[in-house]
Amino acid sequence: MTTINLPTILRQHTGGAKKITASGRTVGEVFAAIGSEYPKLGEQLTSPDGGLPIFVNVFLDDEDIRYLDGLDTVVDENADITILPAVAGGR
Amino acid sequence: MAMTYQEMIALAKAEIREIDPATLERRIGDGTAIVDCREADEFEQGAIRGARLIPRGLLESNIAMQIPDRSTPIAIYCAAGARSALAAKVLQDMGYTDVVSMAGGFGRWKSEGRDWAEPVTLTKEQKIRYSRHTLLPEVGEAGQAKLLDAKVLLIGAGGLGSPAALYLAAAGVGVLGIVDFDVVDSSNLQRQILHNVDRIGMPKVESARETLIALNPDVKIRMHNTRLSAGNILEIMSGYDVVVDGGDNFPTRYLINDASLHLEIPVVHGAIFRFEGQASVFHPYEGPCYRCLFPQPPPPELAPSCAEAGVLGVLPGIVGSIEAMEAIKLILGIGEPLVGKLLTYDALEQEFRQLKLRRNPECPACGDREQPPAIVEYDDLCMPAGTVARTT
Ligand SMILES: [Zn+2]
Repeated sequence: MTTINLPTILRQHTGGAKKITASGRTVGEVFAAIGSEYPKLGEQLTSPDGGLPIFVNVFLDDEDIRYLDGLDTVVDENADITILPAVAGGR
Repeated sequence: MAMTYQEMIALAKAEIREIDPATLERRIGDGTAIVDCREADEFEQGAIRGARLIPRGLLESNIAMQIPDRSTPIAIYCAAGARSALAAKVLQDMGYTDVVSMAGGFGRWKSEGRDWAEPVTLTKEQKIRYSRHTLLPEVGEAGQAKLLDAKVLLIGAGGLGSPAALYLAAAGVGVLGIVDFDVVDSSNLQRQILHNVDRIGMPKVESARETLIALNPDVKIRMHNTRLSAGNILEIMSGYDVVVDGGDNFPTRYLINDASLHLEIPVVHGAIFRFEGQASVFHPYEGPCYRCLFPQPPPPELAPSCAEAGVLGVLPGIVGSIEAMEAIKLILGIGEPLVGKLLTYDALEQEFRQLKLRRNPECPACGDREQPPAIVEYDDLCMPAGTVARTT
């Protein structure tokens, strides 16, 4: 099982849970598993062309998966995934 | 056996290594500590840029505090190379393993036309005011002088801008520019600690100025009571050493990023949402830029507008203080700034994490240093402007 850390803005799709778990050999498989349990969250983690999500960044531990193997990045047992959206607030 | 001064110097020189000014000049910035062992009044009239003053008479007592690591490379100089030879010998005897003395001293350095400067010196009042800074070997009087000479632009005098401005002013940053077009409102006071109830209705830049000069009259405040736009951003930002971004909307953040790439000014980034914060340093062409991380602004469902989001008041206090710290580190050139790293903070979990950010070689904004992005106007509502997303 892989732990996925969710930002505040996406917790509305998991009933408020900050961390969820899902299984998969790769990031893409983990996302597919998330999508079947939390369809709304799954939508934010996919893009129309089946590639990486556009508006959030995905980190496996502290590495951006854009610079690993994208959705094919292999997820090892103890790794966790962090979803990072852009945040604008400051005032 | 009694020795003359000349004999003592000859003896010291036989046991130490000397380098010429040209060699020392090449070592500036490579981690070598450059120590000026003349007297303070000689130092104040001109010294090698970046040198720290430890007068010969205080060397033995002060060196361990100033340079604790005895393997630190040290280059020491005086006026003509005699005192520094004796000083180098002493440092070797004290266990410093990599010490050199500059032959010919500052006199030869200057006569060879090498770069020097009159160090900014602290007044008696400043020595007291900043004593907790100058006691730190990483800061010292030279570092404090850098702060007094620095110019920082704060975007926003709100939640993030308040603590950042207070700490930067307290630290003695010479010039603080503040950009904000808003007026103080009572709903600001839950977090915007620059302002107070007497200032309600006053432009935030003016309220900020009153607070900051009362805290530290050394600081010059430049007020920009205006909305940042494509038309004014380059003029406002140019001349500053560091920009601290405490803005509250995506259009401004993209605009600041674009302008920073033009002017090559590092931007200290901070952002907050409810109980979560982010901070990073976008150092043009040395690390990733904002657009490397977020190529386009998110759609509304991923970014609620300012008014509906809510934020716990302490959160900007923490993130804004981290921004002030990063700005000071950049000015002093110490430590590891958050370049290529994003610090995330979750207040409820009390969890800090660091994520690695990489520069995207294909980045439409910073991919080509010869062609910084055009400065264009973004949607000026405090709403994500998905329609202005740049395509590659
Ligand atoms: Zn970039």
